[in-house]
Amino acid sequence: MADAFNFELVSPERLLVSEKVTEVVIPATLGEMTVLVNHAPTMTTIKPGVVTVKLASGQVNKYVVFGGFADILPTSCTLLAESAVPASEVTRDTLQKRIETIQAEINKAQSDEHKTKLEQFLAELTHLNGIVVPA
Amino acid sequence: MPSLKDLKNRIASVKATQKITKAMKMVAAAKLRRAQEAAEAARPYAERMNKVLAGLSAANAGNAEAPLLLSGTGKDQVHLLIVATGERGLAGGFNSSIIRLARDHAQKLLAQGKTVKILTVGRKGNEVLRRSFKENIVHYVTFREVKQLGFVQADEVAHKVLELFNAGEFDVATLFFARFQSVISQVATAQQIIPAKFGGDQSAEPTAASSALYEYEPSEQEILEDLLPRNVAVQIFRALLENNASFYGAQMSAMDNATRNAGDMINKLTLSYNRQRQAQITKELIEIISGAEAL
Repeated sequence: MADAFNFELVSPERLLVSEKVTEVVIPATLGEMTVLVNHAPTMTTIKPGVVTVKLASGQVNKYVVFGGFADILPTSCTLLAESAVPASEVTRDTLQKRIETIQAEINKAQSDEHKTKLEQFLAELTHLNGIVVPA
Repeated sequence: MPSLKDLKNRIASVKATQKITKAMKMVAAAKLRRAQEAAEAARPYAERMNKVLAGLSAANAGNAEAPLLLSGTGKDQVHLLIVATGERGLAGGFNSSIIRLARDHAQKLLAQGKTVKILTVGRKGNEVLRRSFKENIVHYVTFREVKQLGFVQADEVAHKVLELFNAGEFDVATLFFARFQSVISQVATAQQIIPAKFGGDQSAEPTAASSALYEYEPSEQEILEDLLPRNVAVQIFRALLENNASFYGAQMSAMDNATRNAGDMINKLTLSYNRQRQAQITKELIEIISGAEAL
């Protein structure tokens, strides 16, 4: 069995997870990455997606995060999410609501750069909508 | 000298007031606990954010291309004061101490010939500051309808602040709120959020050293640009939570005092009521006895 390391998932409202884990899959901006123990120190931003956490006990938990960043060290991994919820609590409705607010923001956005960023975010959210909630 | 009936009415009314203040104290105590928990739950995020940013900004120090949110616009002509107060009164000196601090600050800046813009969060601050700085208030946010303070609300305020900053409306932003120390002590605090300042220099040293070894994905610059606006929202969120806890703390002790004062008053009134009743009985007795003697 692989060695365990500390994983923390924090949202502005609370600390969601703080446990010993063996493996974490993070939806980084440049693609999904799996973090194991003794990972090189890395800092990365994350996009909306699913974080898969494999606990030291073998149990697998899934969380849906909406943007943020991760701070990875050889002995620990801290994920600061803008907003995070256990995957089981996510429903199509809440996702739809988020998509709508982003849509509204795109319509208001002034600079093109901002608009592209938001559109990208929207695409990721829509994609998420497909995977998390089975149709 | 008030009559017996008057005294009786007054005792009844003070008792009613005492009941209200007692109930308010209890409600504040219950809400305080929740607000305090929320403030504590938010702490890990803010702390980690601060640590990461302190490291990043130390690595970026001296970089001419550093984002404006970090290095500032290079001027300090226009100041934005973000004043966070409560939605309601009846909380002792809570609102007035924040407002006083903000007002002093604004007057000092005005005396130096700077331009002051004010963004008020919360109804109370807006009402009072409107009187003396009507033309300085640029925006007003209220959370009257909001039951549970969430990150969404802080994000809303941060959005507005960043919008103003990106439009070049101000150079320096300072946040005013009450730091929660304990139930009986809340300290009105001013905190500069733009350009960002990171406290805790003792922790900044080691993180700065270790951050040199980090791999950044995407580039350091991009991460910093992504994090800094988020940091503004986090700082505001933390201030709002602290403020919320402070508000209930202040309200609880204010209502506790009011309840005690009402108790004192009831005792005093009851004493004079009894004394007067006794005097009247004595007077009536004297009348009866002297009437009987005259016969």
